[in-house]
Amino acid sequence: MKKIISLPIILLSLFVASCNSDKKTAAETTPTDATVTGGQEAVKDDESQKDVVKVAVGSKDHTTLVAALKQAELVTALSNAGPFTVFAPTNAAFDKLPAGTVDGLMKSDKKADLQNILQYHVMTSALKAEFFTDGMTLGMVNGDNITFSVKDGKVMINGTATIVASIPASNGMIHVIDGVLLPPAKK
Amino acid sequence: MKYNFQKSILVIILLMTGIVFLQSCKPKGASTAAGGDASKAYVAPGKYDEFYNFVSGGFSGQMSVYGLPSGRLFRVIPVFSVDPEKGWGYSEETKPMLNTSHGFVPWDDLHHIALSVTGSEHDGRWAFGNANNTPRIARIDLKTFRTAEIIEIPNSAGNHSSPFITENSEYVVAGTRFSIPIGDKLDVPIDSYKENFKGTVSLISVDKTTGNMNIAFQILTPGINFDLARAGKGKSAGWFFFSCYNSEKANTLLEVNASQKDKDFIMCVNWKKAEEYAKAGKGVKKAVKYVHNKYDDKTHSATSTMMNEVLVLDPKDCPDMIYFMPCPKSPHGCDTDPTGEYIVGSGKLAAVIPVFSFAKIEAAIAAKNYDGEYDGIPVLKYDAVLHGEVKKPGLGPLHTEFDDKGNAYTSFFVSSEIVKWNVKTLEVIDRVPTYYSIGHLCVPGGPTKKPWGKYVIAYNKITKDRYLPTGPELTQSAQIYDISGEKMKLILDYPTIGEPHYAEAIPASLIMKNSQKIFKLEENKHAYAALGDNNAKVERKGNEIHVYMTSIRSHFTPDNIEGVKLGETVYFHVTNLEQDWDVPHGFAVKGANNAELLIMPGETQTLKWTPEKAGVYPMYCTDFCSALHQEMQGYIRVSPAGANVPLTFSTGKTAPAVTSTKEPVKTK
Repeated sequence: MKKIISLPIILLSLFVASCNSDKKTAAETTPTDATVTGGQEAVKDDESQKDVVKVAVGSKDHTTLVAALKQAELVTALSNAGPFTVFAPTNAAFDKLPAGTVDGLMKSDKKADLQNILQYHVMTSALKAEFFTDGMTLGMVNGDNITFSVKDGKVMINGTATIVASIPASNGMIHVIDGVLLPPAKK
Repeated sequence: MKYNFQKSILVIILLMTGIVFLQSCKPKGASTAAGGDASKAYVAPGKYDEFYNFVSGGFSGQMSVYGLPSGRLFRVIPVFSVDPEKGWGYSEETKPMLNTSHGFVPWDDLHHIALSVTGSEHDGRWAFGNANNTPRIARIDLKTFRTAEIIEIPNSAGNHSSPFITENSEYVVAGTRFSIPIGDKLDVPIDSYKENFKGTVSLISVDKTTGNMNIAFQILTPGINFDLARAGKGKSAGWFFFSCYNSEKANTLLEVNASQKDKDFIMCVNWKKAEEYAKAGKGVKKAVKYVHNKYDDKTHSATSTMMNEVLVLDPKDCPDMIYFMPCPKSPHGCDTDPTGEYIVGSGKLAAVIPVFSFAKIEAAIAAKNYDGEYDGIPVLKYDAVLHGEVKKPGLGPLHTEFDDKGNAYTSFFVSSEIVKWNVKTLEVIDRVPTYYSIGHLCVPGGPTKKPWGKYVIAYNKITKDRYLPTGPELTQSAQIYDISGEKMKLILDYPTIGEPHYAEAIPASLIMKNSQKIFKLEENKHAYAALGDNNAKVERKGNEIHVYMTSIRSHFTPDNIEGVKLGETVYFHVTNLEQDWDVPHGFAVKGANNAELLIMPGETQTLKWTPEKAGVYPMYCTDFCSALHQEMQGYIRVSPAGANVPLTFSTGKTAPAVTSTKEPVKTK
């Protein structure tokens, strides 16, 4: 019996030994070049047109929106191929919300609410402002609809936010709006 | 019985122990290949490879790009063969690239790679490849990984000894494999070979800035066969060395008749001197036909120009330009070491590997130490130019590459092995089997003055029992060996595209920083480009319909076209309006008897389509471009020749209300 027990131990030590040598060789041959783990948004690219996230990041009027996108973990998704239409409320638009609203939404336990609101500003299709017509209703990423009204060439959404500028991006269109769109209350 | 029972328990315990520990031994995410240390080839997801490996596709006619050490395939660059996947040779813009003096040639056989060099070191600008069958050389731009230029080689047949490169990429060479009748009398009896057949080697200049090729001159040679070649380096940089077989001048059953003599030749060409002769007007301009095809990244179109003459230097008029050096038994590989002092000849049928000394070659020429002449060309004395022989190295030596430590690696087809030997001492250091029948081999930087060493890759012809069988035809393979130590160690074994012959590997850092991401729309000079949705249109010119189409995530403009008549030919000129890396759009239309288009960001490409039946045809984007890729589609209506359907086009036009219902049609 003694013999039977001792043999597996010898074998065990053999395999442990071979494991060690494997580890060593793996470490020796780590490729020299940089790791790419930052997601699509981290890809260094000075040649391409900016995507919707990079456009927003480059705007001093959208720091609140950018912070909110980061908090809601939507940066990688919006750096994707899209195509997107993003209605981008300005900092001033966020400031019009009741005091404490934004700070409340930025708390970690409110992430789902923040995601819902931000996804109510995004549509998967790249549409120019001229496309929107009076009374048109379109579905947003969060599942709710928005309604457009057009008067004197001004496009208004849900009767609360007006498109003040439109910026083409590589993966879609950004329409800057002067109000935050709030999804309809859940029934 | 009891003993047996205990024994079987023991076996089970041993097996289980083995299984458990083998499993725990797996490197994270990688499986250990039988017979190899795969962990050394393991590049974790999200990490880059250390080297690009440019591999000839052989009879596929293409060039493939792998990462080393992982063996991951990144891209197949279409070069000499049509590639419906990329529209290469099918789009109107790329068709001229495959034009030759024989008309459109949709296939060839790409054997060898030469990466551009400066000071005999890789500079990462261009890769050159040869067409073996209809003699041509292609230049691939390593910014775009696309074929930028193809030049045909006149007075050549079987462009095998090609496209090897001089120390500053001044020239790439093209030596003819077959000698052929040259000049005015082409229709001659084959058995008049000795009288009428000649060989040539061509020096093709490469423009320092643009890379554009031009046949500077050809050297007329005796009617022998050229196999491979290498330029010198350092002190031998002004020379080129070509291996030659069939010094018997046989025109039939070469496997016997071209193996009669004990020695064939390596032809030494003083190309600097040849260049002087060419400049001094020693050459004769001969009337020939060959094409020169160039692709322009601004017009996104190729042009094919017929050329009518070539400058030919005859050694009779150009003394001291070429010499023959005896080399045992049908030499194949002819490789110069990193110092430029040693030239290694590999006689396919030889029992030794002769290594020649450049210093001795120079001395023998100076002393006119000749062993007679061959067709009027001096033959240097073998013993006078020999550094030494590697004795009994193996069976069937083919090619030699070099590392950064003074070692050579020679492939042996018959004995299926790589043999490592010291260039100076000629001693064999190590040998490893390959699986099976290795042809070429590659050390990163192996043909340059600055080899990177680390790995040698074997390109094998036979893979019986290496992979799951796939019917009568099995894949060729590459095998990568770690050469960082004294002993070579197999680390990975992987299938390849086509049949690889020569390959080169270059540090990723020399290429990746230059890799182009998009074509700029504002630089698009294509005659049929629509640089914006508003410029999209459809025009009739005689019996041609030209569609100036745009594509952007996720629609075509126009996507509804009517009024095309049978008998008309439609040209879809599709401009990809994207300016975003890695967002090509595709284009295909039902019944097109050519291929798809694959259009890079900022590029315009054209598909020709001649419908043969009236009806409504779908067209769509073939490249999964976006979340709404599947919606990226449209229709084109074709009416009978006499129909009065007006030519109209639109995108996003609301359909008119249908009168028979009261419900208005909803806007989407």
